[in-house]
Amino acid sequence: MGAVIIRLSGHKNKMNPSHLPNEPHTLARRSPRQRLYQFGDVVFENVTRGFAILVLGTLLAILVSLVVTSLPSLKAFGFGFLLSDEWDPVRDQFGALVPIYGTLVSSCIAMLIALPISFGIAIFLTEMSPTWLKRPLGTAIELLAAIPSIIYGMWGLFVFTPVFSRTVQPLLIAVFGPIPGLGALFQGPPMGIGMLTAGIILAIMVIPFISSVMRDVFELVPAVLKESAYGLGATTWEVVWRVVLPYTRTGVVGGIMLGLGRALGETMAVTFVIGNAQRLNPSLLAPGNSIASSLANEFAEAVGDLYTSSLIELGLILFLITTVVLAIAKLMLLRMGRLEGTRS
Amino acid sequence: MHHATASAKKVYRARRRTNAINMTMSAMGMCFGLFWLAWIMITLVSYGFAALDWTLLTQSTPPPGSNGGLANAIVGSLLMAGTATLIGTPVGVLAGTYLAEYGRRGWLAPATRFINDILLSAPSIVLGLFVYTVYVARVGHFSGLAGALALSLIVVPVVVRTTDDMLKLVPDSLREAAIALGAPKWKMIALVSYRAARTGIATGVLLAVARISGETAPLLFTALNNQFMSRDMNAPMANLPVVIFQFAMSPYDDWHRIAWGGAILITLSVLGINILARVLFRQNNS
Repeated sequence: MGAVIIRLSGHKNKMNPSHLPNEPHTLARRSPRQRLYQFGDVVFENVTRGFAILVLGTLLAILVSLVVTSLPSLKAFGFGFLLSDEWDPVRDQFGALVPIYGTLVSSCIAMLIALPISFGIAIFLTEMSPTWLKRPLGTAIELLAAIPSIIYGMWGLFVFTPVFSRTVQPLLIAVFGPIPGLGALFQGPPMGIGMLTAGIILAIMVIPFISSVMRDVFELVPAVLKESAYGLGATTWEVVWRVVLPYTRTGVVGGIMLGLGRALGETMAVTFVIGNAQRLNPSLLAPGNSIASSLANEFAEAVGDLYTSSLIELGLILFLITTVVLAIAKLMLLRMGRLEGTRS
Repeated sequence: MHHATASAKKVYRARRRTNAINMTMSAMGMCFGLFWLAWIMITLVSYGFAALDWTLLTQSTPPPGSNGGLANAIVGSLLMAGTATLIGTPVGVLAGTYLAEYGRRGWLAPATRFINDILLSAPSIVLGLFVYTVYVARVGHFSGLAGALALSLIVVPVVVRTTDDMLKLVPDSLREAAIALGAPKWKMIALVSYRAARTGIATGVLLAVARISGETAPLLFTALNNQFMSRDMNAPMANLPVVIFQFAMSPYDDWHRIAWGGAILITLSVLGINILARVLFRQNNS
């Protein structure tokens, strides 16, 4: 009983600190336990705040450390680094054009495929699927995101690539190859590995991210809105296209940017199938390289300051691009008014 | 009049047709997603289970042409994932606690939340690069500890996010009741908020463990690899993902077989942990 009363008076002090000077006895009467409690509060709040600041500072620390360690390369090549396609460890000449091109092109292919598919999956899960199927199907798609990227890489190299080079690639070359302009994208032998293969595997990997954000934001649409449209005689597609999509536009864009951020930084799956060739080739069937796969392949064996720091500068470029893309994604989803929209 | 109904019927039919086509496409999108999942799982099961045997679990990685297993890589992966979780969990839980319990006013919590969500999706290879520049390059050698540090950078954002979300789900009436009884805030958090959210927080930790179990990129130039069994956190350490990478990229068939064995081990444990986390979370919610 006594303990309760003491704690209550302690609470009163905390709530009305202005009373303290008027009640000098309260201070004097404070038991050691009360002082311990107040001390505990100060310590706990500041410790947790310290860790929050640590998390906040991590991004800055990564940025600073990458800039500092890539200084030799920044000094040696300047802005020309971004525009040169030379990558010659023997002569110490480095340029980032090939990996940047590969990263952007493979991610673009991935988005072109993943976007309509994810949209379809989200529509299916929110508008078409019977209720008892929603959860298992949603979980199955989310499991695609749980499969480690190295598994995608291995499967891509050993299973997907041979099938792809025997069936789809010859078809693409035969159909699109002769067309002027577009044909340039589909030249060369069907090797299986290359930019297109990397893009397709990236697409499979980002589908669960984009579709789960889309599904989550679609479910935010007030039922009344959809029901009124259905009541006016709209078809499911019309409800999705004219009611659901306009209502969730920012959230959908946020989900797409999140997927893009993932695709840009994906390493292992791409490393297995992109071919790792430091050559600029317009054909999507030709092997190329991405920033992440250059790092994965070369960093541990890189010798010499300039080589290492050029690779770190590549990492810096990748980090800057993905951070901007992910920040846009986050802002969009914040505007959608629901932070829970993004899945970890 | 008759003409008008006819054209209205035409429009109606066109609308129905568009609807049918688009809904079929979306169902096909669903099948497209499931198709890849099925193909990957079937491949893994057929190649992976063929490679699973006792030597895979008991012997260390062999030189090409001789028999061996993944024992050193399994031990290394467990050690590093364990250390990373031990480092990352307290940091993540405490930072998440600040966001949910103290961060209702001011700029620090929203800013941290924003940055944390970016870190959550940041390319893991860059995290490896970061640990290389601040740790490996300083001490001058690759090590299991460096690998664990890189992995803990992946654990932290996941745990921060789930802790924050789960604590925010705890009803304020519980907090008010604790405060009204005179409990100091730290005691309220420790005995009321944490207790109400503990399953959710545990789910977050499990998801983080699942996430790092398959991560390869951050280990490539932090832990590197080790051909031999080693429990020394201060030396290069074998681990499943990097061994799979190295063996799969090699030209040797027996190395490929071991890589598939490792692949099924990793996938089964990652999917297993994921499903466990889901079941745990669902039980908590119902």
